[in-house]
Amino acid sequence: MAFGPYLFLAILEGLVQASVLTVTAVGLSLVFGVMRVVNVAHGEFYMLGAVFAWFVTSFITGHPALGFIAALVISPLIVGAIAFASERLVLKRLNYDPEATIVATIGLLYIFQQSALIFFGPNAQAVEPPFYWRIRFPWFGYDGYKLFIIAAAIVLMGVVWYLMKHTKAGLVMRATQLDRETAQAFGINVDNVSAYVFALGAMLAAVAAVLVVPIQQAHYLMGLDPLLLSFIVVIIGGLGSIQGTIIAAIIIGLSDGILSVFFSPTLAKMVSTLLVAFVLIFRPNGLFGKAER
Amino acid sequence: MADVTPILATRGLKRYFGGLKAVDGVDFSLNEGEIRAIIGANGAGKTTFVSLLSGRTSVTDGRITFRGHDITTVPAFKRVRLGIAYTFQITNIYPKLSVAENVRIAALGRVQREKGARLDIEKETRAALEAVGIADRAEARAGEMAYGHQRLLEVAMGLALQPSLLILDEPTQGLSDSEIAGFCQLVKRISKTATILLIEHNMDVVMQLADRITVLNRGRTLAEGTPAEISANAEVQAAYLGTGA
Amino acid sequence: MSANHIGRNLILLAVVLAIAFVMQFVLPTYYVLTITRMMVLAVFAVGYNMLLGYVGLLSLGHAIFFAAGLYFAGLATYHLGISVPVAFLIGIAAAFLLALAIGVVALPTMRVSFMIVTLMFAQVGFLTTLYFAEYTGGQDGLSLPHAARQFDFFGTTFSLANEQVRFNLAFGLLAIALGVSFLVLTSRRGRIFAAIRENEGRTEMLGFNVFASKLEAFLYSGTIAGAAGAAYGLLFGYVGSTFASIQYSIEVLLFTLLGGAGTLLGPLLGVLLMTTLIDRLSELTTAYLLVIGVVLIVLVLWFPKGILGTIRERWLPWLM
Repeated sequence: MAFGPYLFLAILEGLVQASVLTVTAVGLSLVFGVMRVVNVAHGEFYMLGAVFAWFVTSFITGHPALGFIAALVISPLIVGAIAFASERLVLKRLNYDPEATIVATIGLLYIFQQSALIFFGPNAQAVEPPFYWRIRFPWFGYDGYKLFIIAAAIVLMGVVWYLMKHTKAGLVMRATQLDRETAQAFGINVDNVSAYVFALGAMLAAVAAVLVVPIQQAHYLMGLDPLLLSFIVVIIGGLGSIQGTIIAAIIIGLSDGILSVFFSPTLAKMVSTLLVAFVLIFRPNGLFGKAER
Repeated sequence: MADVTPILATRGLKRYFGGLKAVDGVDFSLNEGEIRAIIGANGAGKTTFVSLLSGRTSVTDGRITFRGHDITTVPAFKRVRLGIAYTFQITNIYPKLSVAENVRIAALGRVQREKGARLDIEKETRAALEAVGIADRAEARAGEMAYGHQRLLEVAMGLALQPSLLILDEPTQGLSDSEIAGFCQLVKRISKTATILLIEHNMDVVMQLADRITVLNRGRTLAEGTPAEISANAEVQAAYLGTGA
Repeated sequence: MSANHIGRNLILLAVVLAIAFVMQFVLPTYYVLTITRMMVLAVFAVGYNMLLGYVGLLSLGHAIFFAAGLYFAGLATYHLGISVPVAFLIGIAAAFLLALAIGVVALPTMRVSFMIVTLMFAQVGFLTTLYFAEYTGGQDGLSLPHAARQFDFFGTTFSLANEQVRFNLAFGLLAIALGVSFLVLTSRRGRIFAAIRENEGRTEMLGFNVFASKLEAFLYSGTIAGAAGAAYGLLFGYVGSTFASIQYSIEVLLFTLLGGAGTLLGPLLGVLLMTTLIDRLSELTTAYLLVIGVVLIVLVLWFPKGILGTIRERWLPWLM
């Protein structure tokens, strides 16, 4: 293939990666922004989304689209419930102390990951895509389902944007993010908001995973890469800023995809990881701005 | 006296936070041995000004000199070593340590400054605690003491550093009347060996203690003078004290 | 800390070390090997404790220092044929320099940022071992050559395949690490570290150069961790990427928290308990890492001071 078409292919692949990453990262960004919590287990919610999707689709026979749609609905709900429970049982009790929360979410990471190992097994399992659509470009054939992922991500982000800007729930979340104490003074139950936001963040990660599982397989270790990438995106894109996260996700997803195609995936990861470290080092206000110190 | 070098001086000191001009060109001069009070309404720039002096906030423009040396870019901990001690507006001690241990660390801080000096840490600690009047609580856990005593502990820690300039940031806030009276006595005693810069809202305390008063308003010096001059100053009354005082 | 208290702790330390030393004569060979491994890991945890326990800084990427020691020492023997003692020193030096570089840029960041920055640097370290797999052996790792399985000392050749030799070297390193810890804790330096941990802002305003002190602690911490890594690689004759992984960074955090961060013997206790637990569990199930998650959450919710820390708080205030 000539360079031009190769680049086009790389861009398409990059867009798919960026779409999945955007949805996942926005989930993490919401949790960062509203709860001021660093959730190291975010990648495991993603993994659980894929794992439950596999369970659901294995259960439902018939046209794969049926199983897929069921998974798209059921899996995020289950993951959301798990996240809600984790928040109430563990995070709330720590009063969201930054260091303790990180350590606790690391603990959750191990519990979720190893539980998946026990119940799902060590092997990667495939899930059938809901439809087969081979797009014939002049230079190569392309899986139409991947374009569906991009479209689905755009729709999801539209929904999230609408939720944040035009609904009461979104207003409550933004208020809590801006000034927790004032929000409380206005009668907003900040604790409940935290639980729901934590669940919402987890659900977004789960949905992203359900979308991606037909083209990648479900595996109990699949949460680590998305976790690191989401971190990178959220930190570079700016904390709690959905727009920033989306832009950063697109840029990083694209460049990661392109770099991986042309160079080594390991090198791509090294570059983005270092970038995050330096953004944090040179940000004079730290991760949460004035909330620190 | 015009030809005596002030112990602390600022020239055109500015600190802007984006569009907010917290400190907007302050010329300030403090003579050795003075007790100077800085007053002003909330938002006048007092806390920022003092933050610039102690080194906790960086300067946007202007100069700060200490005993004639330019300390504008000197980091906070080095200013402490030069002889400037600072008590926080919100009590900032080591809550889990004992009162004595708190002061001991401060005394250790002085050892840092005078390298090779043979200091009896215990003696210095004792002296500071006694000067302030909390020697009987030496083994109590600092965080469990009454607020007024915690404030005194902060002053003791400042004293243990044996500073030439002691900056007290709203020291009487939260103290009862009798505690305030005791505090004023303490400040008068300390002023025999150190220059004192006091940021205060309590006008009684200010009138009692201050040799001179500097009034800040909107990041600038509004007036400067003796307590009598300041209370008679109409502009100050309008801006801060309330007319007809 | 009074002289009496210092004395008691010194005796306790001596007793613990004596018991550890005697183990090599009392236990069967298999357990001697296990204890050797534990002692080296304990050195890693002792180093980590310097940062977490003494100064109060939580690093999520300490495996990078362990791995630096491991790889620089191991690869020095593998690719350059350098003798074991010199390779050991190279490993330590590499860890020291890395700690200096990372410390200078990471320490100005605060709390959560610090945790993430250290995590990111460690991840870069891990990826580096994979990227240069042709030199490092990547995930599979490298076994060190025969020449690296022995060393000469004043004319006698000691074989590193011999359990006694390994045990005593590990013991020696542990004794030194604990000794250094003890000295730091009882010195003025240790007091300043504690002051920074208790209230950084206040300490700065008492005239202490907080950044310099933190860097000092970071250097101690990274170098000791590097020494552990170099020892591990040379004693067991193997280097591999797993030792640079995030999991390794989390494990050392776990050991230190469990035993009691800020206590002298906490890291050793934490390593002993946790490695035994993990070893036992790994025989029962492949999902033994689950216990790491459970223990972390239990600790953080109910026993943030760890075992020795809780004992110190409730019953033995003199315990270091």
